[in-house]
Amino acid sequence: MADVLTFTDRGIYCPAGDFYIDPWQPVDRALITHGHSDHARPGMGRYLATTGTAPVMRHRLGEITLDTISYGEERQIGDATVSFHPAGHVPGSAQIRVEVKGQVWVVSGDYKTVADGLSEPFEPVKCHAFITECTFGLPIFKWTPQDVLTNQINDWWATNAAAGRTSILGAYALGKAQRLLATVNPDIGPILTHGAIENTNEVLRNQGITLPKTTYATADITAKTHPGALVLATPSALGTTWTRRFGPASTAFASGWMALRGVRRRRAADRGFIVSDHADWDGLNEAIKATGATKVFATHGYTSAFQRWLKEQGYDAHVVSTDYHGESLDNAEEAEA
Amino acid sequence: MKDIATLFTRIDESTKTTVKTAALADYFQTADPGDRLWTIALFTGRRPKRTITATRLREWAAEVAGLPDWLFEESYSIVGDLAETIALVLPPAEHDDDQSLTYWIDNIKRLSTLDEDDRKAGILRAWNSLPTTQRFLFTKLLTGGFRIGVSAKLITRALAQATGQPEAQLTHKLMGNWTPDTATWESLIEADDPTADLSRPYPFYLAYQLDSLDDLGPPADWNAERKWDGIRGQLIIRGGEHHLWSRGEDLMTDRFPELAQLKDYLPDGTVIDGEVLAYADEKPMSFNALQKRIGRKTVPKKLLTEAPVILMAYDLLEYEGKDIRDAPLKDRRNRLKTLVNQTPDTSPIRLSDTVPFTTWEDLAKAREQSREIGAEGLMLKRLDSPYLSGRKRGDWWKWKIDPLTIDAVMIYAQAGHGRRANLFTDYTFAVRSGNDLVPFTKAYSGLTDAEFREITAWVRKNTLQKFGPVRQVPPTHVFEIAFEGIQASPRHKSGVALRFPRMARWRKDKPVDEANTLDDLKEMLATYG
Repeated sequence: MADVLTFTDRGIYCPAGDFYIDPWQPVDRALITHGHSDHARPGMGRYLATTGTAPVMRHRLGEITLDTISYGEERQIGDATVSFHPAGHVPGSAQIRVEVKGQVWVVSGDYKTVADGLSEPFEPVKCHAFITECTFGLPIFKWTPQDVLTNQINDWWATNAAAGRTSILGAYALGKAQRLLATVNPDIGPILTHGAIENTNEVLRNQGITLPKTTYATADITAKTHPGALVLATPSALGTTWTRRFGPASTAFASGWMALRGVRRRRAADRGFIVSDHADWDGLNEAIKATGATKVFATHGYTSAFQRWLKEQGYDAHVVSTDYHGESLDNAEEAEA
Repeated sequence: MKDIATLFTRIDESTKTTVKTAALADYFQTADPGDRLWTIALFTGRRPKRTITATRLREWAAEVAGLPDWLFEESYSIVGDLAETIALVLPPAEHDDDQSLTYWIDNIKRLSTLDEDDRKAGILRAWNSLPTTQRFLFTKLLTGGFRIGVSAKLITRALAQATGQPEAQLTHKLMGNWTPDTATWESLIEADDPTADLSRPYPFYLAYQLDSLDDLGPPADWNAERKWDGIRGQLIIRGGEHHLWSRGEDLMTDRFPELAQLKDYLPDGTVIDGEVLAYADEKPMSFNALQKRIGRKTVPKKLLTEAPVILMAYDLLEYEGKDIRDAPLKDRRNRLKTLVNQTPDTSPIRLSDTVPFTTWEDLAKAREQSREIGAEGLMLKRLDSPYLSGRKRGDWWKWKIDPLTIDAVMIYAQAGHGRRANLFTDYTFAVRSGNDLVPFTKAYSGLTDAEFREITAWVRKNTLQKFGPVRQVPPTHVFEIAFEGIQASPRHKSGVALRFPRMARWRKDKPVDEANTLDDLKEMLATYG
């Protein structure tokens, strides 16, 4: 039997429907899992994405031919039936289910299994083959429970505010920043945002997502005008002159990589909060199990170790080389909206 | 253990020295005195004896976490720290026993008296009753090294804040042979007898690299000596015994048994700062010869004749039992000279000779000869300078020779671990040989974080082949490799081994076909090897 999906140097391809999923080279027809720049790239003839992902794609990619689809809605493309299902990664993010002649394959895109209070929660989709990310596919990655995390961040902010310090928190412009906004207690003080984050906030608010009040940190806004503030900045803005006017300040990063002491120290922030929009080790394993798939392809992340682990668990596991980055501390590109 | 975990977290979370010092000072005022002493001991490299092998710890942690050994190893290679890996992979603890640091250390010491099954049960019980940070610290104690970004200097500063004693006095008190089993908080810190311990060394005085000769004033104010390339050491002769300390506060007495005879020739109450050198025919042997002696606790006879060592004496710190560090260098050197001259010619000590000069130009010429005579450069010391402690500017300068350099092509990249997890920082470099590239060295330091990030992004996009953690990349980027020495080495494909190789510059301006060749490398070997 022919494979439902194949792996090409342009991206993940469906021969039966003649379309690509999250391609990294220009193609005629692209199905997009979510709006991060390594998955939704410019230059495609036409795009298909969820209603929740469309606004941010338009914001980032400008004039594009974009068709939208709701979660769970089935669409026939050539000989393939496709549908999109919540991936829990960022608002609007989807796993893409492709069925050809009774064979079902699912592309996970990026996903996490725990609810973040903002994104549509992850839904396992039964399939024969599952193409999974494994950014954090090692047993050293186990995320802090959401309620503990909320307390940690609120405590940090409140302590700083009481000591007359600004709290500067580095987070990706799309997803992480809004998730943190939905988490923190806005009664502690004013919330200021970096331009890239404020732009994304506006896009999400326009599509009906509720976020606490934020103020775009223009040049005249400083620690003096907004004492005790929480400043949300993109990781690339941290440690630059942009943050200087908020001093004295305590800086923090919010990332899954903060689980590692060495990385925390390399970033030289005062605090590291362990929070990721990707699945942790237990999340990956549970998600794969829940699909019932026997065949698993590991894409970006610790692929070779994760493949070997899956094989030992009895899966027909493979590694696929793609051009996705996952959650990278060292590439600023995902942060730029 | 909660106190020390809180202290650790406060120190580890901050990059600011003031915050770290305040956290330590708080701790030294409030924690249990026994725990305080252990904390000082741990932060200054004194740890309980290892009672369990790292191999067993790995096996047991993998077993408790339900992981195959290879996956544990894979995780370890990313984290870069065994104790941290163990703390991360284990399931959450089921109990929370709040016991003191001293309790857990006694527990660890007792392990040595138990058979393996009981040891395992003890360790598993500890893992299961400590929250993650405490578990990490406990496992750190089991595995040894306890370096967590706290220098001895920081400890002393915090102790000074907590006790009101001067830093210099505390620095001296903390040196030497004590352990929490032989000392108490009272005897070590509070008591007023810094000479209680006969083996106690003085803090070393270290110099910065000279930026410019311009600010030094008249040449006549200065003493110049060769900067020898061995192991800096402090020889202590007190109470009829001798001790040899390294700069890292390692006791090296037994590693260099030939120095024992010096206690017969030098009077009691003598402390000399010098350089341990492998030395034959009145000249230093290569650092490689000394390397064979390093890390050996006992020395076979053959090695003693192949690589005999001497102490090249730089300075005299204690004379007739008195601390003379405040006396001017000129006087200290005169006394040192007299002492060294009294010893027989066959005894393993030499005075580090003064390099004569009247103008700075003379001295610059003398510096050019360094490599020929096996020195690393020159040391400049003000003739009226006291012997200070730690690295200080002003009175002492090192004036090292410029490193050797070669332009090489990067051919493999490997991700670092620990601080550098997730970044490609370890590279293999090659020189050209006809149409081939011959690998000759690895290097992993010298670039900025921004450069490492740039290369990492490039490696990700340009990997030709993966060999486990190693990525083969197309020969595209040329780097200037700086190094301190070059030696013939049959173990390396290129036939050479470099000393201290590092990346001096990323030569973005140089195409691959302008990188140096194997012949260039061989010529350097012939000249400097």
